[in-house]
Amino acid sequence: MRYAFLDEEAKKEIRRSILKAIAIPGYIVSFASRELPVARGWGTGGLQLSLAIINEEDTLKVIDQGCDGSVNAVNIRNFISSVTNVKTTTKTQEASIIQTRHRVPEIDLQEGQTLVYQVPIPDILETVEPNLEKQKLLHANADYSKLWVLLYEDTSMFGDSRISSRYPVMVNDRYAMDPSPIPKYDTPKLGDCKALQLFGAGREKKIYAVPPYTKVEPLKFEDREFKVENFDGKACARCGSTNSFLDEVYDDNGDVSYYCNDTDYCDTRLELGESK
Amino acid sequence: MILDLKNVSKVFGKFCPNCLDHTGADYNSSICPTCNSVVGVNDVNLTLSQGEVLGIVGESGSGKSTLLQLIYQDQEASLGEIFVKDFISKDGKKKNILDANLNELSHLRNSLMSMIYQNPRLGLNYKFSAGGNIAQKVIMSGNKKYDEIRQRAMFFLEKTEIPTSRIDDYPDYFSGGQQQRIQISKALSSNPKILLLDEPTTGLDLSVQAKILDLIKELQHEIGFAMVVVSHDLGVIKHLTDITVVMKNGQIVEKGLTDQILEDPQHPYTQLLVSSIL
Repeated sequence: MRYAFLDEEAKKEIRRSILKAIAIPGYIVSFASRELPVARGWGTGGLQLSLAIINEEDTLKVIDQGCDGSVNAVNIRNFISSVTNVKTTTKTQEASIIQTRHRVPEIDLQEGQTLVYQVPIPDILETVEPNLEKQKLLHANADYSKLWVLLYEDTSMFGDSRISSRYPVMVNDRYAMDPSPIPKYDTPKLGDCKALQLFGAGREKKIYAVPPYTKVEPLKFEDREFKVENFDGKACARCGSTNSFLDEVYDDNGDVSYYCNDTDYCDTRLELGESK
Repeated sequence: MILDLKNVSKVFGKFCPNCLDHTGADYNSSICPTCNSVVGVNDVNLTLSQGEVLGIVGESGSGKSTLLQLIYQDQEASLGEIFVKDFISKDGKKKNILDANLNELSHLRNSLMSMIYQNPRLGLNYKFSAGGNIAQKVIMSGNKKYDEIRQRAMFFLEKTEIPTSRIDDYPDYFSGGQQQRIQISKALSSNPKILLLDEPTTGLDLSVQAKILDLIKELQHEIGFAMVVVSHDLGVIKHLTDITVVMKNGQIVEKGLTDQILEDPQHPYTQLLVSSIL
């Protein structure tokens, strides 16, 4: 079998698309999504990006909703390591490539790291303009008025945007971009990030990217604050963290407790003895 | 000069050298005898000054609406030059809007000009609320402050006599006349230099018609934008405009002061038009 499963021509093509995507931050580049032993819609976009950029020196981490141990993450990690023999890890700091579904790790990313997002719907305009041709024209024209009107209407009727995940961001003051379904909480982490961020949508055959230290801002009115999920007064029942994205868990008695969504962050805190 | 049209033509179909010469009012036909193309607008020249109101009259199919759409760039002219005040290229020269790229065009349509269509469905987005529609225009003209956008929407809805409490209602919940007034609010909200009106009151009942005409006239006096009004209703033209051009088969057959044209028409077609007022 070939190194990293894909044939060299395929990897070359994907790398070319990645380079183009990096050159135009936030711009959606088409690519020929290959067949993989995983069904489309199960992270094949991210998987192809990871396979195209990985080499022997890399250390791989795969998370699904912040968790290294969920089925999707484990299978993708096992698959990539079986076709490349790279080291794998669950530690955010040790990884050079982190493939993620729907979260940005809590621990700040560093230069040299690459964060690969799995993306279900690559074009943020999809919500307001279903016609692909018109979407392209609107991007070309930087006409994001429909996204703004959505924000205006939510603000006038509910006081704030109703979008909780997949919150639209403006990249480098030019393109409106879908940050993949990360919670609003993670949106500010995209901007001025030290790591390279790549986005792959396998089913939709699209790649886009945010190079390190690029301006990424959530779409918001100049006279309104951007508000993220609020966990005031709540702490992780395991590590006691009060400044991480928390999951709400109900036990059989109906009691609620909260846990860090990012399992590596939680484990690291416990190891360092920062527990309550 | 705020708007300047030079030799503007629009031909639908293949464009042969005979198209413009062998059609028009003298031939009483818009169809080219050689290539069967339809000549919508045939070699039109027009200038409009600051604050002036121009009327375009003519029978249906004479190219009135097409001419308006060529100015607003809903359609691209086949030939000619169109200049708009404040639409200049990087080196400071007047720029022909037919040479404009997409970005420049959206600036033109969002900040410099506004169009009011006969059918509010063309000018409004029915998936957005009344306020949302106005917000879209304000946002596109560059304002990204929620409170200001909201206030602006309120201001123009009040101006057009829509109850401001209904700002978050969708256009479908308004009557036809109200929808037309929302469209006017939207068009005016970006402070355009030129307002284009395509049969703004056709299809509305007479009392609403009168109200909307008064409103447009009042706002025009107050704000001072230039206006181009297309109508086949000479009453509307008389009420609103200072100067009038008469079109037939894509050509301008007569132009002059509105009262002059209505009182003392020169061209046989204009005479026919004026004499057929009920």
